[in-house]
Amino acid sequence: MTADIANLATPPSPEELALVIAPEHGPRWHRLPIVRQLRSSVGLQRGMLVAGLLLTGIFVLSAIFAPLIAPYSWAQLRDAHGLFGSQQAPSSAHWLGTTVGGYDVLSRVVWGSRTALLTILAAVVLSLFLGVFLGLVSGYFGGWLDRVLVVVADAIYAFPSLLLAIVAAIVISGGQSNLWSGILAAAISITVVFVPQYFRVIRSEVVRIKSEAFVESARVIGSSSARIMTRHVLRNSVRTLPLIMTLNCSEAILTLAGLGFLGFGIEPSKAAEWGYDLNKSIQDVTAGIWWTAVFPGVAIVLTVLGITLVGESLNDLADPRLRTRRAAGGGRKRAKDTVQDEGATNQPEDAR
Amino acid sequence: MTAEDPVVDVHDLHVTFATDGGDVRAVRGVSLRVEPGEVLAIVGESGSGKTVTARSIIGLLPETATTSGAVLLRRNTDTGSSDVLSLSPNALRQVRGRDAAMVFQEPSTALNPVFPVGWQIAEGLRAHTGLSRSEAHKAAIDVLRRVGIPDPEARVKYYPHQFSGGQKQRIVIAQALVLDPGLVIADEPTTALDVTVQAEILELLRRLPTEFGTSVVLITHNMGVVADLADTVAVMYDGEIVEQADVRTLFSAPKHPYTRALLDAVPRVGASRRGALTTARAAAPDAAPIVEAKGLTITYPGRLRSAGFTAVDHVDFTIAPGEVLGLVGESGSGKTTIGRAIAGLTPVTGGSLSVLGTQVRGISERKLRPMRRRIGFVFQDPATSFNPLLTIAQCVAEPLVVHGVAGDASEARPRVDELLEAVQLDRTYGDRFPHELSGGQRQRASLARALALDPELIIADEPTSALDVSVQAKVLELFVRMQSELGFACLFISHDLAVVDLVADRIAVLHHGRLVEEGDPAQVLDSPRDPYTQRLLASLPVPDPDEQAERREAWRALTGASANVS
Repeated sequence: MTADIANLATPPSPEELALVIAPEHGPRWHRLPIVRQLRSSVGLQRGMLVAGLLLTGIFVLSAIFAPLIAPYSWAQLRDAHGLFGSQQAPSSAHWLGTTVGGYDVLSRVVWGSRTALLTILAAVVLSLFLGVFLGLVSGYFGGWLDRVLVVVADAIYAFPSLLLAIVAAIVISGGQSNLWSGILAAAISITVVFVPQYFRVIRSEVVRIKSEAFVESARVIGSSSARIMTRHVLRNSVRTLPLIMTLNCSEAILTLAGLGFLGFGIEPSKAAEWGYDLNKSIQDVTAGIWWTAVFPGVAIVLTVLGITLVGESLNDLADPRLRTRRAAGGGRKRAKDTVQDEGATNQPEDAR
Repeated sequence: MTAEDPVVDVHDLHVTFATDGGDVRAVRGVSLRVEPGEVLAIVGESGSGKTVTARSIIGLLPETATTSGAVLLRRNTDTGSSDVLSLSPNALRQVRGRDAAMVFQEPSTALNPVFPVGWQIAEGLRAHTGLSRSEAHKAAIDVLRRVGIPDPEARVKYYPHQFSGGQKQRIVIAQALVLDPGLVIADEPTTALDVTVQAEILELLRRLPTEFGTSVVLITHNMGVVADLADTVAVMYDGEIVEQADVRTLFSAPKHPYTRALLDAVPRVGASRRGALTTARAAAPDAAPIVEAKGLTITYPGRLRSAGFTAVDHVDFTIAPGEVLGLVGESGSGKTTIGRAIAGLTPVTGGSLSVLGTQVRGISERKLRPMRRRIGFVFQDPATSFNPLLTIAQCVAEPLVVHGVAGDASEARPRVDELLEAVQLDRTYGDRFPHELSGGQRQRASLARALALDPELIIADEPTSALDVSVQAKVLELFVRMQSELGFACLFISHDLAVVDLVADRIAVLHHGRLVEEGDPAQVLDSPRDPYTQRLLASLPVPDPDEQAERREAWRALTGASANVS
């Protein structure tokens, strides 16, 4: 690089070369979204990211391999030795005890992760496509369409998501639902609430990108609007999506659990669901039976925590001002005042 | 305090930054001394470490920096000096403003828009001296008067947006001077300003050592500014000082090859005009002009009830086939707007503008599209004019793909390689991403993209103003060569008279949206008729201290005389 300067005097140092070239080279998997952030993180931020990834990984694995992990089915009340019995304390047969309805707590917690994962997928897929599409069109073309969509998005912000979810649950299945209608009720309410967020984030990015010189240069070349939107604008405006997606995921789990807790959830015979189990364990807590409430509760907390940690650290790592780096070697002191704009050195990172 | 002691003594300074790509040694082993009342200029290209060196004098480095060495800054309160690098944050705060102050590049962002300027000046005073509110207010008025703000009693209550750019920079300087620091560090103080305003700010900065008893560390890339202002010069390259000498010695007998190359690269008005080429072009004067503007007016609509802003006001000009028209003007003169209007990016609101035989006023986007393949556009900032997610080859292939010459980027690759080689880029650069190229290489690729469809007209909007001076010289050379080989017509927009002089066959000078002067370079630049052109030329600092001293006198006479004209 810098051939222009190179023939004037000494060539650039290897450090400079490494700085410029590093983000692009090396094995391809190093550039995958989360792997790349993991490699660029240090210290506490790396700890947060690793912890978040670990918790999320456990959640996803238990959802996928639920039939192998869970000792019983979610709606199983008896095995070869007869009924499990209700509110049994943790034992070798039932590691986490049984619920008031006579289900195995461990099995319900494990199977519950599958329900939660399906809800997340449905909610994210629905709101992502709708929100990104609307944001792109609205931001790029502007005008009255943009104004109307922004007002609608603002209006939707005023709805509490749980209320919407209850309405959706009643509309879809009259309140009591099986696996798919329960998941859809949560997913649709999440979608309604989250479409405006995707919409706004993408729209503001698109408005910013639209005025960048490379979009202008595409216009001067004579590219069609569709080509500019897909090739130049869209790919450059999805940087913040991973963060909103993680927020979206944890919100989806909380809404599903909230629905279950309020009694609009999924029937226990159709699927395992953490919120329903929590609801049924209210009476147990006062009776000193802790295991029916603690384990589904912990499952909700850890899952949401894990996803949020991933989101938070992705956010910090994406922002060069928040990202910590290994200290430069060989020196004695570190300057304390952070004033200088570091945009220049991080441009390659940001641009990706 | 004794007069012999240097105001600041930097000894073997090393600064290393921790970045994602490993450690970057921004400054390695720099030693500098600034004597009382001296103006030291640190020159160098971007990335040479000049700003980092200056910032370390007042301890303004980011957290990722690691420093070693010593920076001894003389205290204003007694005769001793303190090592800035080892001070606690609290002691460092005492030093800033009192012993050394900083003037930033961009005056419009260095001032807080929600406070009156007087309050902002008084803030520094009250943080250090414990003056009462009214005393600080008086001191603020006083310092505003000394930096040449008219009617300071009233204007001390004004907010930053009520001042022009040059006045804002005066206020930033006032803010730095209010505590009578021994040293003012000016980081590119005139880079963001127009050349006529720059001359005024330089005049003010020149008064600092004599009237305020302040030494100045001036950071700049502009050799003209150095010649105008500096007593001694330190040339930095790649984190090291390659040459340090007093200003006359440096300009008359530069020792280091880098200094020589830097000085040679500075474009100068009248230095090398393209006389030979103009004759070849004059052979076809009857051909229909590529661009013809008659009474061209472009108004940006106002918001709600406020009136629109007329950026271009009844401008007439033509560009003949194969001709390079240089469009010169300061910021806000409407030069970029004209370029954008020709490319169809900004609608024409009045008069007529015909481009390649098509009337552009009121044309629809669809009718414009076939015309676009005959126009190329080179943007100012090569860093942002490429889609960061596409490789250079894909970017250069875009016009070919869009206009159906090639099916996709890989099919267009042979032509792309040809283009890259034409602009002196190795064809392997095609596989790199834009951020992996230097500024000059990106601008070459930008030229390659503009040339992809063999256009009849190229619009170059400040194509070299984001580049370092040595890179600029090479890009301009390439541009001139390509133009004479391919013979495209060109609208070359620039604020730099010397650059336009290098490339243009004809020069048009814009001022506040009006065309004030037009003609061939020799006439416009050597014997300008319009007072504005005269002022513009006189304000341009030249990289020669003796010649610049003469020009300064001429400028003083002219601005004194033309004060009633403008």
